[in-house]
Amino acid sequence: MINKIANSIAQALHGVKDGDTVLIGGFGTAGIPNELIDGLIDQGARDLTVVNNNAGNGDTGLAALLKTGRVRKIICSFPRQVDSYVFDDLYRAGKIELELVPQGNLAERLRAAGAGVGAFFTPTGFGTQLALNPDGSAKETRLINGKSYVLEFPIYGDVALIKAETGDRWGNLIFRKAARNFGPVMATAAKFTVATVHEIEELGSLDPEHIVTPGIFVSKIVQVARIATQAGGFKKSA
Amino acid sequence: MGNYTKRSKQALAQRVAQDIFDGAYVNLGIGQPTLVANYLPEGLEVVLHSENGILGMGPAPAAGDEDYDLINAGKQPVTLLPGGAYFHHADSFAMMRGGHIDISVLGAFQVSATGDLANWSTGEAGAIPAVGGAMDLAVGAKQTWVMMDLLTKQGESKVVTACNYPLTGIACVTRIYSDLATLECTPQGLKLIDKVEGLTHTELEGLLGLSVQACDS
Repeated sequence: MINKIANSIAQALHGVKDGDTVLIGGFGTAGIPNELIDGLIDQGARDLTVVNNNAGNGDTGLAALLKTGRVRKIICSFPRQVDSYVFDDLYRAGKIELELVPQGNLAERLRAAGAGVGAFFTPTGFGTQLALNPDGSAKETRLINGKSYVLEFPIYGDVALIKAETGDRWGNLIFRKAARNFGPVMATAAKFTVATVHEIEELGSLDPEHIVTPGIFVSKIVQVARIATQAGGFKKSA
Repeated sequence: MGNYTKRSKQALAQRVAQDIFDGAYVNLGIGQPTLVANYLPEGLEVVLHSENGILGMGPAPAAGDEDYDLINAGKQPVTLLPGGAYFHHADSFAMMRGGHIDISVLGAFQVSATGDLANWSTGEAGAIPAVGGAMDLAVGAKQTWVMMDLLTKQGESKVVTACNYPLTGIACVTRIYSDLATLECTPQGLKLIDKVEGLTHTELEGLLGLSVQACDS
Protein backbone atom coordinates (compact mmCIF):
# COMPACT_ATOMS: atom_id res chain seq x y z
CA MET A 1 0.00 0.00 0.00
CA ILE A 2 1.18 3.45 -0.83
CA ASN A 3 0.68 6.09 1.79
CA LYS A 4 2.65 9.29 1.30
CA ILE A 5 0.79 11.19 4.00
CA ALA A 6 3.22 12.24 6.72
CA ASN A 7 1.81 12.82 10.17
CA SER A 8 4.03 15.78 10.84
CA ILE A 9 6.40 18.14 9.12
CA ALA A 10 9.24 16.82 11.27
CA GLN A 11 8.52 13.30 10.01
CA ALA A 12 8.38 14.49 6.40
CA LEU A 13 11.70 16.35 6.65
CA HIS A 14 13.52 13.69 8.66
CA GLY A 15 15.85 12.73 5.80
CA VAL A 16 17.20 16.18 4.87
CA LYS A 17 21.00 16.04 5.18
CA ASP A 18 23.81 18.55 5.59
CA GLY A 19 25.00 19.73 2.19
CA ASP A 20 21.68 19.09 0.44
CA THR A 21 20.31 21.22 -2.38
CA VAL A 22 16.81 22.28 -1.36
CA LEU A 23 14.37 23.55 -3.97
CA ILE A 24 11.78 25.85 -2.39
CA GLY A 25 8.65 26.80 -4.32
CA GLY A 26 6.79 30.09 -4.28
CA PHE A 27 6.66 33.41 -6.06
CA GLY A 28 5.65 36.54 -4.20
CA THR A 29 2.92 35.74 -1.71
CA ALA A 30 1.79 32.69 -3.65
CA GLY A 31 2.90 29.11 -3.16
CA ILE A 32 5.51 29.59 -0.45
CA PRO A 33 5.69 26.44 1.71
CA ASN A 34 6.21 28.42 4.92
CA GLU A 35 5.49 25.54 7.27
CA LEU A 36 8.13 23.41 5.54
CA ILE A 37 10.71 26.20 5.68
CA ASP A 38 10.06 26.58 9.41
CA GLY A 39 10.32 22.80 9.68
CA LEU A 40 13.68 22.85 7.92
CA ILE A 41 14.93 25.42 10.42
CA ASP A 42 13.85 23.13 13.27
CA GLN A 43 15.34 20.12 11.50
CA GLY A 44 18.76 21.74 11.58
CA ALA A 45 20.44 20.60 8.32
CA ARG A 46 23.37 22.87 7.43
CA ASP A 47 25.59 23.81 4.52
CA LEU A 48 22.53 23.92 2.28
CA THR A 49 22.16 25.20 -1.25
CA VAL A 50 18.72 26.77 -1.64
CA VAL A 51 16.94 27.32 -4.95
CA ASN A 52 14.06 29.81 -4.93
CA ASN A 53 12.96 32.65 -7.18
CA ASN A 54 13.89 35.18 -4.49
CA ALA A 55 16.11 35.31 -1.43
CA GLY A 56 13.64 35.90 1.37
CA ASN A 57 11.67 38.84 2.69
CA GLY A 58 11.40 40.37 6.11
CA ASP A 59 12.42 38.13 9.01
CA THR A 60 10.25 35.07 8.41
CA GLY A 61 10.26 32.08 6.07
CA LEU A 62 13.29 31.87 3.79
CA ALA A 63 14.83 34.97 5.40
CA ALA A 64 14.69 33.23 8.78
CA LEU A 65 16.38 30.15 7.27
CA LEU A 66 19.15 32.33 5.81
CA LYS A 67 19.57 34.03 9.18
CA THR A 68 20.47 30.69 10.81
CA GLY A 69 23.65 30.71 8.71
CA ARG A 70 22.91 27.23 7.41
CA VAL A 71 22.60 28.24 3.77
CA ARG A 72 25.92 28.26 1.95
CA LYS A 73 24.60 29.23 -1.45
CA ILE A 74 21.42 30.52 -3.02
CA ILE A 75 20.41 30.07 -6.65
CA CYS A 76 17.71 32.58 -7.59
CA SER A 77 16.60 35.15 -10.15
CA PHE A 78 15.64 38.13 -8.03
CA PRO A 79 17.27 38.40 -4.60
CA ARG A 80 16.93 42.17 -4.24
CA GLN A 81 13.63 43.28 -2.71
CA VAL A 82 12.57 46.20 -0.56
CA ASP A 83 12.72 43.96 2.52
CA SER A 84 15.43 41.42 1.63
CA TYR A 85 17.75 42.85 4.28
CA VAL A 86 18.67 39.46 5.75
CA PHE A 87 20.04 38.27 2.41
CA ASP A 88 21.53 41.68 1.61
CA ASP A 89 23.58 41.71 4.82
CA LEU A 90 24.81 38.13 4.38
CA TYR A 91 25.75 38.78 0.75
CA ARG A 92 27.61 42.00 1.50
CA ALA A 93 29.43 40.27 4.35
CA GLY A 94 30.49 37.49 1.96
CA LYS A 95 28.63 34.92 4.05
CA ILE A 96 26.45 33.57 1.27
CA GLU A 97 27.21 32.65 -2.31
CA LEU A 98 24.78 33.84 -5.00
CA GLU A 99 24.18 32.27 -8.39
CA LEU A 100 21.94 34.65 -10.30
CA VAL A 101 19.88 32.92 -13.00
CA PRO A 102 17.33 34.44 -15.38
CA GLN A 103 13.88 33.31 -14.22
CA GLY A 104 13.03 31.30 -17.33
CA ASN A 105 16.43 29.60 -17.29
CA LEU A 106 15.86 28.78 -13.63
CA ALA A 107 12.54 27.09 -14.46
CA GLU A 108 13.99 25.30 -17.48
CA ARG A 109 17.12 24.10 -15.63
CA LEU A 110 14.79 22.57 -13.04
CA ARG A 111 12.62 21.09 -15.79
CA ALA A 112 15.71 19.61 -17.45
CA ALA A 113 16.74 18.00 -14.16
CA GLY A 114 13.31 16.45 -13.76
CA ALA A 115 13.11 15.33 -17.38
CA GLY A 116 16.54 13.71 -17.56
CA VAL A 117 17.88 16.26 -20.03
CA GLY A 118 21.67 16.56 -19.76
CA ALA A 119 21.88 20.23 -20.75
CA PHE A 120 20.12 22.55 -23.18
CA PHE A 121 20.77 25.56 -25.38
CA THR A 122 18.73 28.66 -24.48
CA PRO A 123 18.68 32.10 -26.12
CA THR A 124 18.07 33.79 -22.76
CA GLY A 125 21.14 35.57 -21.45
CA PHE A 126 23.23 35.25 -24.61
CA GLY A 127 25.77 38.06 -24.81
CA THR A 128 25.15 39.16 -21.20
CA GLN A 129 27.02 38.88 -17.91
CA LEU A 130 24.80 35.93 -17.02
CA ALA A 131 26.32 33.89 -19.84
CA LEU A 132 29.45 33.70 -17.69
CA ASN A 133 30.36 31.00 -15.22
CA PRO A 134 30.95 31.99 -11.58
CA ASP A 135 34.73 31.98 -12.29
CA GLY A 136 34.21 34.55 -15.07
CA SER A 137 34.81 32.15 -17.96
CA ALA A 138 32.25 32.16 -20.76
CA LYS A 139 29.57 29.49 -20.87
CA GLU A 140 29.54 27.40 -24.02
CA THR A 141 27.52 28.99 -26.83
CA ARG A 142 26.34 27.81 -30.20
CA LEU A 143 24.82 29.34 -33.31
CA ILE A 144 21.84 27.20 -34.35
CA ASN A 145 19.86 28.13 -37.45
CA GLY A 146 21.17 31.68 -37.28
CA LYS A 147 20.28 32.24 -33.64
CA SER A 148 22.71 32.34 -30.71
CA TYR A 149 22.25 30.14 -27.65
CA VAL A 150 23.95 29.51 -24.30
CA LEU A 151 24.44 26.02 -22.90
CA GLU A 152 22.78 25.65 -19.51
CA PHE A 153 22.89 22.66 -17.18
CA PRO A 154 20.16 21.17 -14.98
CA ILE A 155 19.65 22.10 -11.35
CA TYR A 156 19.11 18.86 -9.42
CA GLY A 157 17.49 19.01 -6.02
CA ASP A 158 18.04 16.59 -3.18
CA VAL A 159 14.82 17.84 -1.66
CA ALA A 160 11.93 19.97 -2.96
CA LEU A 161 9.61 21.80 -0.58
CA ILE A 162 6.43 22.96 -2.29
CA LYS A 163 2.92 24.11 -1.46
CA ALA A 164 -0.14 22.64 -3.13
CA GLU A 165 -3.83 22.89 -2.39
CA THR A 166 -5.21 19.36 -2.39
CA GLY A 167 -3.61 15.91 -2.41
CA ASP A 168 -4.27 12.23 -1.82
CA ARG A 169 -2.30 9.37 -0.26
CA TRP A 170 -0.62 8.58 -3.59
CA GLY A 171 0.79 12.12 -3.61
CA ASN A 172 -1.30 13.41 -6.50
CA LEU A 173 -1.51 17.20 -6.29
CA ILE A 174 -3.79 20.02 -7.35
CA PHE A 175 -2.66 23.61 -6.98
CA ARG A 176 -4.49 26.90 -6.49
CA LYS A 177 -4.28 29.83 -8.93
CA ALA A 178 -0.85 31.46 -9.34
CA ALA A 179 0.41 29.56 -6.29
CA ARG A 180 1.26 26.77 -8.73
CA ASN A 181 4.34 28.66 -10.05
CA PHE A 182 7.51 26.58 -9.41
CA GLY A 183 5.76 23.73 -7.56
CA PRO A 184 5.16 21.22 -10.37
CA VAL A 185 8.61 21.82 -11.91
CA MET A 186 10.50 21.53 -8.63
CA ALA A 187 8.55 18.38 -7.73
CA THR A 188 10.07 16.67 -10.77
CA ALA A 189 13.61 17.96 -10.17
CA ALA A 190 14.26 16.59 -6.66
CA LYS A 191 15.00 13.11 -5.34
CA PHE A 192 12.61 13.74 -2.47
CA THR A 193 9.62 16.09 -2.73
CA VAL A 194 7.51 17.21 0.20
CA ALA A 195 4.29 19.12 -0.46
CA THR A 196 1.99 20.81 2.00
CA VAL A 197 -1.71 20.64 1.17
CA HIS A 198 -4.76 22.17 2.78
CA GLU A 199 -7.05 19.27 1.94
CA ILE A 200 -6.47 15.53 1.68
CA GLU A 201 -9.03 13.66 -0.40
CA GLU A 202 -9.79 9.94 -0.49
CA LEU A 203 -7.90 8.09 -3.21
CA GLY A 204 -9.99 8.27 -6.37
CA SER A 205 -11.75 11.48 -5.39
CA LEU A 206 -9.47 13.85 -7.26
CA ASP A 207 -10.56 14.23 -10.87
CA PRO A 208 -7.73 12.59 -12.86
CA GLU A 209 -8.22 15.26 -15.53
CA HIS A 210 -7.41 17.94 -12.94
CA ILE A 211 -4.34 16.44 -11.29
CA VAL A 212 -1.41 18.72 -12.13
CA THR A 213 1.40 16.82 -10.44
CA PRO A 214 0.99 13.04 -10.45
CA GLY A 215 2.10 11.28 -7.28
CA ILE A 216 5.16 9.73 -8.96
CA PHE A 217 6.90 13.09 -8.43
CA VAL A 218 5.91 13.40 -4.79
CA SER A 219 7.42 11.64 -1.75
CA LYS A 220 5.44 13.04 1.18
CA ILE A 221 2.44 15.26 1.70
CA VAL A 222 1.56 17.02 4.94
CA GLN A 223 -1.72 18.69 5.71
CA VAL A 224 -1.45 22.22 7.08
CA ALA A 225 -4.09 24.71 8.14
CA ARG A 226 -5.14 27.31 5.62
CA ILE A 227 -3.67 30.65 6.56
CA ALA A 228 -3.65 34.05 4.91
CA THR A 229 -1.38 33.60 1.92
CA GLN A 230 0.44 36.86 2.46
CA ALA A 231 2.31 35.14 5.28
CA GLY A 232 5.90 34.96 4.18
CA GLY A 233 6.84 38.54 4.68
CA PHE A 234 5.53 40.17 1.55
CA LYS A 235 3.86 43.47 2.17
CA LYS A 236 0.55 44.00 0.46
CA SER A 237 1.96 46.49 -1.99
CA ALA A 238 5.51 45.13 -2.25
CA MET B 1 14.49 74.78 -27.62
CA GLY B 2 11.88 73.58 -30.01
CA ASN B 3 8.20 74.21 -29.78
CA TYR B 4 6.89 70.83 -28.70
CA THR B 5 5.32 69.08 -25.71
CA LYS B 6 6.39 65.68 -24.42
CA ARG B 7 3.88 62.86 -24.22
CA SER B 8 2.69 62.33 -20.66
CA LYS B 9 3.05 58.85 -19.12
CA GLN B 10 -0.65 58.31 -19.85
CA ALA B 11 -0.36 59.53 -23.44
CA LEU B 12 2.63 57.25 -23.94
CA ALA B 13 0.72 54.26 -22.55
CA GLN B 14 -2.14 55.14 -24.88
CA ARG B 15 0.28 55.37 -27.83
CA VAL B 16 1.62 51.86 -27.11
CA ALA B 17 -1.90 50.47 -26.63
CA GLN B 18 -2.91 51.85 -30.02
CA ASP B 19 -0.47 49.44 -31.73
CA ILE B 20 -1.68 46.31 -29.92
CA PHE B 21 -3.87 44.24 -32.21
CA ASP B 22 -6.99 42.16 -31.65
CA GLY B 23 -6.18 38.66 -30.42
CA ALA B 24 -2.63 39.54 -29.30
CA TYR B 25 -0.95 37.73 -26.42
CA VAL B 26 0.93 40.44 -24.56
CA ASN B 27 3.28 40.61 -21.59
CA LEU B 28 3.45 44.02 -19.93
CA GLY B 29 6.60 44.44 -17.85
CA ILE B 30 6.68 45.72 -14.30
CA GLY B 31 6.42 49.50 -13.88
CA GLN B 32 5.41 51.87 -16.65
CA PRO B 33 4.36 49.13 -19.15
CA THR B 34 1.58 47.96 -16.82
CA LEU B 35 -0.18 51.30 -17.52
CA VAL B 36 -0.78 50.14 -21.10
CA ALA B 37 -3.50 47.77 -19.84
CA ASN B 38 -5.63 50.80 -18.95
CA TYR B 39 -5.68 52.06 -22.55
CA LEU B 40 -6.33 48.95 -24.64
CA PRO B 41 -8.92 49.98 -27.24
CA GLU B 42 -12.49 48.89 -26.48
CA GLY B 43 -13.72 45.92 -28.39
CA LEU B 44 -10.34 44.24 -28.78
CA GLU B 45 -9.65 40.93 -27.12
CA VAL B 46 -6.08 41.08 -25.86
CA VAL B 47 -4.79 38.30 -23.60
CA LEU B 48 -2.35 39.48 -20.95
CA HIS B 49 0.36 37.07 -19.83
CA SER B 50 1.95 37.26 -16.41
CA GLU B 51 5.16 35.24 -16.22
CA ASN B 52 4.38 33.81 -12.79
CA GLY B 53 1.73 31.67 -14.48
CA ILE B 54 -1.34 33.51 -15.75
CA LEU B 55 -2.92 34.08 -19.15
CA GLY B 56 -6.01 36.25 -19.29
CA MET B 57 -4.93 38.45 -16.42
CA GLY B 58 -7.50 41.05 -15.44
CA PRO B 59 -7.28 44.32 -13.49
CA ALA B 60 -6.67 44.73 -9.77
CA PRO B 61 -9.54 43.49 -7.60
CA ALA B 62 -11.72 45.81 -5.53
CA ALA B 63 -10.34 46.54 -2.07
CA GLY B 64 -11.17 43.62 0.19
CA ASP B 65 -11.35 41.12 -2.68
CA GLU B 66 -7.59 40.52 -2.92
CA ASP B 67 -6.53 36.90 -3.22
CA TYR B 68 -2.85 36.50 -2.48
CA ASP B 69 -2.70 33.29 -4.52
CA LEU B 70 -3.60 35.46 -7.53
CA ILE B 71 -0.86 38.02 -8.06
CA ASN B 72 1.04 39.42 -11.02
CA ALA B 73 4.79 39.41 -11.71
CA GLY B 74 5.04 42.62 -9.67
CA LYS B 75 3.48 40.66 -6.78
CA GLN B 76 0.34 42.78 -6.72
CA PRO B 77 -3.14 41.22 -6.50
CA VAL B 78 -4.89 40.86 -9.84
CA THR B 79 -7.96 39.06 -11.21
CA LEU B 80 -8.54 36.43 -13.88
CA LEU B 81 -10.77 37.14 -16.86
CA PRO B 82 -13.21 34.53 -18.22
CA GLY B 83 -11.16 32.20 -20.41
CA GLY B 84 -8.03 32.77 -18.36
CA ALA B 85 -5.71 29.95 -17.31
CA TYR B 86 -3.03 29.09 -14.76
CA PHE B 87 0.16 27.13 -15.48
CA HIS B 88 3.56 26.45 -13.97
CA HIS B 89 6.76 28.43 -14.48
CA ALA B 90 8.37 26.19 -17.10
CA ASP B 91 5.23 26.41 -19.27
CA SER B 92 5.04 30.14 -18.68
CA PHE B 93 8.57 30.74 -19.89
CA ALA B 94 8.06 28.31 -22.76
CA MET B 95 5.28 30.66 -23.90
CA MET B 96 7.83 33.46 -23.81
CA ARG B 97 11.03 31.79 -25.04
CA GLY B 98 9.13 29.68 -27.56
CA GLY B 99 7.86 32.77 -29.36
CA HIS B 100 4.20 32.27 -28.50
CA ILE B 101 3.82 35.71 -26.92
CA ASP B 102 3.21 38.33 -29.61
CA ILE B 103 4.40 41.42 -27.78
CA SER B 104 6.55 42.01 -24.74
CA VAL B 105 6.60 45.60 -23.45
CA LEU B 106 9.52 46.52 -21.21
CA GLY B 107 11.11 49.50 -19.53
CA ALA B 108 14.77 50.30 -20.23
CA PHE B 109 17.84 52.14 -18.99
CA GLN B 110 19.33 52.16 -22.48
CA VAL B 111 18.58 50.79 -25.93
CA SER B 112 21.03 50.74 -28.82
CA ALA B 113 20.03 51.86 -32.31
CA THR B 114 20.20 48.22 -33.40
CA GLY B 115 17.98 47.02 -30.55
CA ASP B 116 20.38 45.91 -27.80
CA LEU B 117 18.63 46.32 -24.45
CA ALA B 118 19.98 47.25 -21.02
CA ASN B 119 17.29 47.20 -18.35
CA TRP B 120 18.32 44.92 -15.50
CA SER B 121 21.37 46.42 -13.87
CA THR B 122 23.04 49.81 -13.66
CA GLY B 123 26.31 47.97 -13.06
CA GLU B 124 26.81 50.07 -9.94
CA ALA B 125 29.55 48.66 -7.71
CA GLY B 126 28.25 46.94 -4.59
CA ALA B 127 24.68 46.77 -5.85
CA ILE B 128 22.95 43.43 -5.36
CA PRO B 129 22.22 42.01 -8.80
CA ALA B 130 18.67 40.87 -9.63
CA VAL B 131 17.40 39.90 -13.06
CA GLY B 132 14.06 38.14 -12.67
CA GLY B 133 12.43 37.46 -16.04
CA ALA B 134 13.98 40.47 -17.83
CA MET B 135 16.32 38.48 -20.08
CA ASP B 136 13.64 35.93 -20.98
CA LEU B 137 11.11 38.68 -21.75
CA ALA B 138 13.64 40.53 -23.91
CA VAL B 139 14.53 37.70 -26.27
CA GLY B 140 11.48 35.48 -26.35
CA ALA B 141 8.51 37.39 -27.72
CA LYS B 142 7.77 37.86 -31.41
CA GLN B 143 8.17 41.61 -30.85
CA THR B 144 9.87 43.38 -27.95
CA TRP B 145 8.85 46.97 -27.40
CA VAL B 146 10.49 49.36 -25.03
CA MET B 147 8.61 52.14 -23.32
CA MET B 148 10.69 54.91 -21.77
CA ASP B 149 11.63 58.58 -21.67
CA LEU B 150 13.98 59.32 -24.52
CA LEU B 151 16.37 61.28 -22.31
CA THR B 152 17.73 60.79 -18.80
CA LYS B 153 17.02 63.42 -16.15
CA GLN B 154 20.41 64.87 -17.06
CA GLY B 155 19.29 65.20 -20.67
CA GLU B 156 21.44 62.39 -22.07
CA SER B 157 19.96 60.16 -24.73
CA LYS B 158 18.88 56.71 -23.54
CA VAL B 159 19.10 55.56 -27.13
CA VAL B 160 22.78 54.97 -27.82
CA THR B 161 25.21 53.50 -30.34
CA ALA B 162 26.26 50.86 -27.81
CA CYS B 163 24.88 50.36 -24.30
CA ASN B 164 27.33 50.95 -21.48
CA TYR B 165 25.02 49.45 -18.87
CA PRO B 166 25.08 45.63 -18.61
CA LEU B 167 23.09 44.07 -21.44
CA THR B 168 19.79 42.25 -21.05
CA GLY B 169 19.72 41.02 -24.65
CA ILE B 170 21.28 41.65 -28.05
CA ALA B 171 19.32 43.07 -31.02
CA CYS B 172 16.05 42.15 -29.33
CA VAL B 173 14.16 45.47 -29.24
CA THR B 174 12.08 46.15 -32.33
CA ARG B 175 10.44 49.42 -31.26
CA ILE B 176 11.02 52.23 -28.80
CA TYR B 177 7.96 54.12 -27.62
CA SER B 178 9.08 57.30 -25.91
CA ASP B 179 7.80 60.63 -24.67
CA LEU B 180 9.15 62.34 -27.80
CA ALA B 181 9.06 59.83 -30.63
CA THR B 182 8.33 56.28 -31.65
CA LEU B 183 11.33 54.61 -33.26
CA GLU B 184 12.05 51.31 -34.92
CA CYS B 185 15.35 49.56 -34.19
CA THR B 186 16.79 47.83 -37.25
CA PRO B 187 20.15 46.25 -38.10
CA GLN B 188 20.83 49.49 -40.03
CA GLY B 189 19.91 51.72 -37.09
CA LEU B 190 16.94 53.86 -36.10
CA LYS B 191 13.93 54.55 -38.24
CA LEU B 192 11.23 57.06 -37.35
CA ILE B 193 7.65 55.88 -36.85
CA ASP B 194 6.24 59.10 -35.38
CA LYS B 195 7.21 62.06 -33.23
CA VAL B 196 5.41 64.63 -31.11
CA GLU B 197 4.02 67.65 -32.89
CA GLY B 198 6.46 70.50 -33.29
CA LEU B 199 9.61 68.39 -32.85
CA THR B 200 11.66 68.58 -36.02
CA HIS B 201 13.61 65.65 -37.40
CA THR B 202 16.84 67.57 -36.93
CA GLU B 203 15.97 68.38 -33.31
CA LEU B 204 15.22 64.71 -32.65
CA GLU B 205 18.54 63.60 -34.13
CA GLY B 206 20.26 66.30 -32.09
CA LEU B 207 18.72 65.05 -28.84
CA LEU B 208 19.64 61.46 -29.67
CA GLY B 209 23.06 62.20 -31.09
CA LEU B 210 22.19 59.59 -33.69
CA SER B 211 20.88 59.67 -37.21
CA VAL B 212 17.31 58.56 -37.74
CA GLN B 213 15.96 57.36 -41.05
CA ALA B 214 12.73 59.16 -41.99
CA CYS B 215 9.34 57.40 -42.09
CA ASP B 216 8.53 55.42 -45.21
CA SER B 217 5.34 57.36 -45.72
